[in-house]
Amino acid sequence: MTSYTSWAYVPTSTQKAIKPAWMDFDLGATTGSLLPYGNGRSYGDSCLNSSGLVIDSKSLNRFISFDTEQGILRCEAGTMFADILQFIVPTGWFLPVTPGTKYVTLGGAIANDVHGKNHHHDGTIGRHIRCFELLRSDGKSLICSPKENTDFFAATIGGLGLTGFISWAEIQLIKIPSPFMSVETTVFHGLEEFQTLSEQANTNHRYSVAWLDCASSGKDFARGLFMVGDHANSDKEEKERVLEPKISVPFNLPKQMINKYSVKAFNTLYFNKNRLNEGKIIYQHYDSFFYPLDGIGNWNRIYGSQGFYQYQFVVPSSQLSVMEQALNKIVASGLGSFLAVLKEFGDLPSPGMLSFPSPGLCLALDFANRGETTLALLQQLDQLVINAGGKVYPAKDVRMPQAAFQSYYPNYEEFEAYIDPRFISDFWRRVSEKKS
Amino acid sequence: MKKNLKTETIVIFGATSEVAQRVARIHAKAGDSMILIARNQTHLDSIKADLLLRGASNIDSLYSDFDNMKEHQNLLKQIEQKSEDIAKYYFFYGMLPDQKACENSWEMTYDALTTNFLSVVSLLTHIANKVEKETDRGIIVISSVAGDRGRQSNYIYGTGKGALTLFLQGLRNRLHPSNCTVTTIKPGFIDTPMTKDFDKGILWASADKVADDIYKAAAKGKNEVYTPRFWAVIMLVIKSIPEAIFKRLNL
Ligand SMILES: Cc1cc2nc3c(=O)[nH]c(=O)nc-3n(C[C@H](O)[C@H](O)[C@H](O)COP(=O)(O)OP(=O)(O)OC[C@H]3O[C@@H](n4cnc5c(N)ncnc54)[C@H](O)[C@@H]3O)c2cc1C
Repeated sequence: MTSYTSWAYVPTSTQKAIKPAWMDFDLGATTGSLLPYGNGRSYGDSCLNSSGLVIDSKSLNRFISFDTEQGILRCEAGTMFADILQFIVPTGWFLPVTPGTKYVTLGGAIANDVHGKNHHHDGTIGRHIRCFELLRSDGKSLICSPKENTDFFAATIGGLGLTGFISWAEIQLIKIPSPFMSVETTVFHGLEEFQTLSEQANTNHRYSVAWLDCASSGKDFARGLFMVGDHANSDKEEKERVLEPKISVPFNLPKQMINKYSVKAFNTLYFNKNRLNEGKIIYQHYDSFFYPLDGIGNWNRIYGSQGFYQYQFVVPSSQLSVMEQALNKIVASGLGSFLAVLKEFGDLPSPGMLSFPSPGLCLALDFANRGETTLALLQQLDQLVINAGGKVYPAKDVRMPQAAFQSYYPNYEEFEAYIDPRFISDFWRRVSEKKS
Repeated sequence: MKKNLKTETIVIFGATSEVAQRVARIHAKAGDSMILIARNQTHLDSIKADLLLRGASNIDSLYSDFDNMKEHQNLLKQIEQKSEDIAKYYFFYGMLPDQKACENSWEMTYDALTTNFLSVVSLLTHIANKVEKETDRGIIVISSVAGDRGRQSNYIYGTGKGALTLFLQGLRNRLHPSNCTVTTIKPGFIDTPMTKDFDKGILWASADKVADDIYKAAAKGKNEVYTPRFWAVIMLVIKSIPEAIFKRLNL
């Protein structure tokens, strides 16, 4: 049952691992290269170290302290968001930032400096981390915070697991009146309409995100559903079942089953189902608002045994035309994306040195793995993003070329100074390869 | 949290094992009190903090090296001082000896048998005499499928666990009139830090799944339980192979 893969399921060689049971484990007793491993919810190879060991952190999942007055939680880094939510929500607290799945660990969330639907309001998770302990392979441990070891604090947030092993972290939670969300959906046609909606919404709502149809052209080009949400007051609660993974995809589907037509059918279905709610404020449990995909366990296997590529990029808000060009290419290629998520990031800065989010338009989408054809398209997208001064998200990447990485993250050299000499990932091998 | 149900006090020998911690979390959620015993005080402290946050009403922790059987009576006195009303005694500790090394060393074999069998018998000798005078107590012990049939690759471990299973059968029979239950748990392969060196296949169960089974078996006072359940079938097949054939197999 334990095999170490990333979420995109592009086949990898077998990964060796150690699984420490306690935070005081001896890093020095290991040999070879190392990389922390959370729950493998990164899509690419940034959580794999195929020629060395990964340090599986999932047994490090104890709560250490919880200040229920101030909403300050300290726990071991392998603690899963799902576990944290179960624990804090009944006490009226919530995670300040959460990605679209609750099956991530706190350590993994810090290492990718994850963002959520509230980026315009709360920034990345790094802004809410009060402190953490970083274990280095020379046996030293550093307490890092905005006041102490500030350089390692900045390097480790979004540091892709390369600066050392986070053993525990302390996070500032946010207060919520109930476990429910009030949600409103609006249909939009075209990216300009999206941007107008987004700018209005981002001043009035804590959460906002859009589903974009990446399969339709003509009059339906760039149509989508724009959703805003806020934590609802308890008096408006509406009982809804907690969505635990139920319909799971038990095996890898044959690749013939995902094609232009099935994607289109899915998009149409999803679009029409949700537009029924247009204009109404509905009350939703936080689980179905934040984690719709967690309701379908193992949905990644929908793409078959060849896995899929995910591509997530951000370009400055002024570059709307670049976003349009990118979308045109995607639609024309017919390599269709099962899901496309569009979000306008705000300008709250992250403390992370290598953090991905920056102000602008951010699009995330999937491509079934069709070998060269898919790769060629992604390369064209890279070029658009580079020219627009944007970035691609390493957490979702298996193929970013070195030159592209250096263009997205121009401060990589500054970052290199903080890498633990024994820590490396497959991702890092690729983007830091020395050209002689 | 089940607020209207009566909470209870339980004792866990070997509280730092991965599965023990998971079982303890279920008890914590129910608001139970616990006395945790293990060899590492730092680790006990971190478990204690976690369980209190998860809802346990009280946690006491005691240090003990179970191999030191002379200390057992003393340890049980300390437990008694913490609580007079103990509903369940869980035994989670054990060690997985290196079979090949044991074949060349009686000392290592002896140590393995001491930890996996003799020390449990020692503790249970004292505990049995106590619970026999009480009523509705539960004793829950982790044995193993390895104790169902000896095979060349791990028979020293298997011997300890098999002997333990037999001892528990007798004890169950003896304590039945006092309405005390003895539950023998036979886990298959569990994915825990103790087993990290193995290649994991589909027969491996998560610690959470196993813990859930154990908690339920304990609550119902079951006799012998395989976890996950399919191990009952596997072991039925393995036990049915005639010895004349079994001895030729490379298992
Ligand atoms: C359905 C889905 C939706 C998602 N939505 C979003 C989203 O909205 N926003 C977003 O930002 N991301 C999103 N992601 C990506 C995901 O949040 C990140 O990849 C996250 O980092 C995964 O966490 P993990 O615990 O699985 O870590 P892994 O994927 O196992 O590891 C991620 C990185 O963290 C490092 N790491 C792990 N543990 C530690 C530790 N203890 N110390 C130091 N480094 C460590 C690893 O080395 C690796 O570099 C999504 C992923 C999925 C599958």
